[in-house]
Amino acid sequence: MSPSLDLPPKGGFSFDLCRRNAMLENKGLKAPTFLKTGTTIVGLVFQDGVILGADTRATEGPIVADKNCEKIHYMAPNIYCCGAGTAADTEAVTDMVSSQLQLHRYHTGRESRVVTALTLLKRHLFNYQGHVSAALVLGGVDITGPHLHTIYPHGSTDTLPFATMGSGSLAAMSVFESKYKESLSRDEGIKLVVEAICAGIFNDLGSGSNVDVCVITKGHKEYLRNYLLPNPRTYANPKGFEFPKKIEVLLTKITPLKEKVEVIEGDAMEE
Amino acid sequence: MDQKVDLSAPHSMGTTIIGVTYNGGVVLGADSRTSTGVYVANRASDKITQLTDNVYVCRSGSAADSQVVSDYVRYFLHQHTIQLGQPATVKVAANLVRLLSYNNKNFLETGLIVGGWDKYEGGQIFGVPLGGTIVQQPFAIGGSGSSYLYGFFDQAWKEGMTKDEAEDLVKKAVSLAIARDGASGGVVRTVIINSEGVTRNFYPGDQLPIWHEEMEPHNSLLDILGAPEPMSM
Repeated sequence: MSPSLDLPPKGGFSFDLCRRNAMLENKGLKAPTFLKTGTTIVGLVFQDGVILGADTRATEGPIVADKNCEKIHYMAPNIYCCGAGTAADTEAVTDMVSSQLQLHRYHTGRESRVVTALTLLKRHLFNYQGHVSAALVLGGVDITGPHLHTIYPHGSTDTLPFATMGSGSLAAMSVFESKYKESLSRDEGIKLVVEAICAGIFNDLGSGSNVDVCVITKGHKEYLRNYLLPNPRTYANPKGFEFPKKIEVLLTKITPLKEKVEVIEGDAMEE
Repeated sequence: MDQKVDLSAPHSMGTTIIGVTYNGGVVLGADSRTSTGVYVANRASDKITQLTDNVYVCRSGSAADSQVVSDYVRYFLHQHTIQLGQPATVKVAANLVRLLSYNNKNFLETGLIVGGWDKYEGGQIFGVPLGGTIVQQPFAIGGSGSSYLYGFFDQAWKEGMTKDEAEDLVKKAVSLAIARDGASGGVVRTVIINSEGVTRNFYPGDQLPIWHEEMEPHNSLLDILGAPEPMSM
C-alpha cells in the first residue's frame, strides 16, 4: 500500500467526508456497495496479432448485478482494453483515454499506437495512487507490430506475450502456462483464450456467464461478443414472458440500450 | 497457507539488483520476479531500464514508482543530451534520479542502482536507496535479496576484474539470492556497459550455477562457486 503522507495532498481525491461517513456507519446507516467486476480477463499475442478475452459477470458484493456485461472496451480502431476492478473506474478511465486518443489521432493524422494508450493510462492511474481501482489488459496492433500490456491500479505496467488479470487470473494463468507457445494460429489462439476464460468462469466465484473474445490483427479487428455461452438458463420457460390475460398492452416500443456508430467509408489513415 | 491471494496489493518487485564496476566498464544484473502480495504477477520482467545509450538503471521496490521515476529521468536526460550536444555523464543521470527520489521521498518507495560508462570517468556505479541518498560505490547491491549477498561480496569482490569475471560474479550472486529469497526468482538478466557499447544477456533458470534440489552436501557453498559449472540437466 502507498506510504502514509505527512503533508496534505495537492489535488486528486478529497477525503474530507470520510469522518462523516464513518460516523453515519456507526449510527447504523449502510453504505452503498459498488459494482465490481470480479472477473477473468486475458490477452495473448499470436502469429498475426493479439487476442483478448473476458468473462461477462459483474458483481455487487455477493450478488450478480449484471449477467452479461461488456468488459472489453474500445480504445481505438486497432486497440482494445479489458478491464477488471471497479466497473465505474474501468469504464471511466477507458472512455477518457479513448477520447484522448481520438483527439490525438486528429492532431497527428496517424493511427494510434498501443504505447500511447499505455502511457496515458499509466500516468492517470499513478496520479491517483491506486485509488482508481482499474486493472487493465491492453492489446492492439499498430504500425510497430502487435503489443500486449497489463496495467495495475498503482500505475505499473508489464509487457508480456500472454497475460491474465482479475480474481480469476490464477485459474486462467494456469491454462496459459501449460499450453501457450509462440506463433499460435488464429484458431489455436482463440481456443486457448476461451479455455482460459472458462477456467476462470468455472473455478472463480467472481467470474461467470459468457465468454467475449476480441481478435485484433493488422488492419482488421473482430469483436466476438458472447463467443461462447457455457451457462444457459436451465429451466427457461419456452413460451417466454407473457403479460397476465387481464392486462391490455397499449404500446410496444423497444429501444436498443447502446448504439454504436461504425465508420465504413473514408480514407484509411496511413503512417 | 491460509493467506488469501490479494490481487489488488500494489505491484512490488521483491528483487535482487546488483551493479559492479570492472576494469573498463560496469555490469548490471537483476532477477525477474514482480510480485503482487504472494502472487507472481510477472515472472520474466526486465528490471534493468535504459536511461540513455550509455546509462542504465536497476529498479527495485514499488514497480509503479520506479517506472515513473525512470520515465521522468529518461525524459530529462534526453533534453539534457540535446542541450549539451554530447552523451550525458553517469553522474548527471544518477543525480537526476537522486533529486526525484529525495524531493518526493514521502510519496515514493523505490531503491535504484544507476550504472553506466562515460568518456570522462569510465565505468561508474551509483546507489540511490530509499531516502534519496546518492553514493558512488565500486559495487552496489539492492532489493530484498541483497541481504543474503553482503557476506558473499565481502569475500568474492576484488578490484580490477575483467569483464567475464565481473559478469560471472554478478550471475552467481543473483542466483544465490534467488535461491534464498522468496521474493526474487525467474531468470537472471545482465547488462554490460563499456566504451564499445551495451550488451544484454539472459540466463534462464536452468543455466544458473545454483540449483537447490540438485545440490549435494558440501563443506562450504563457496567450494561450488570455485568448482567448474555443473553440466546442464
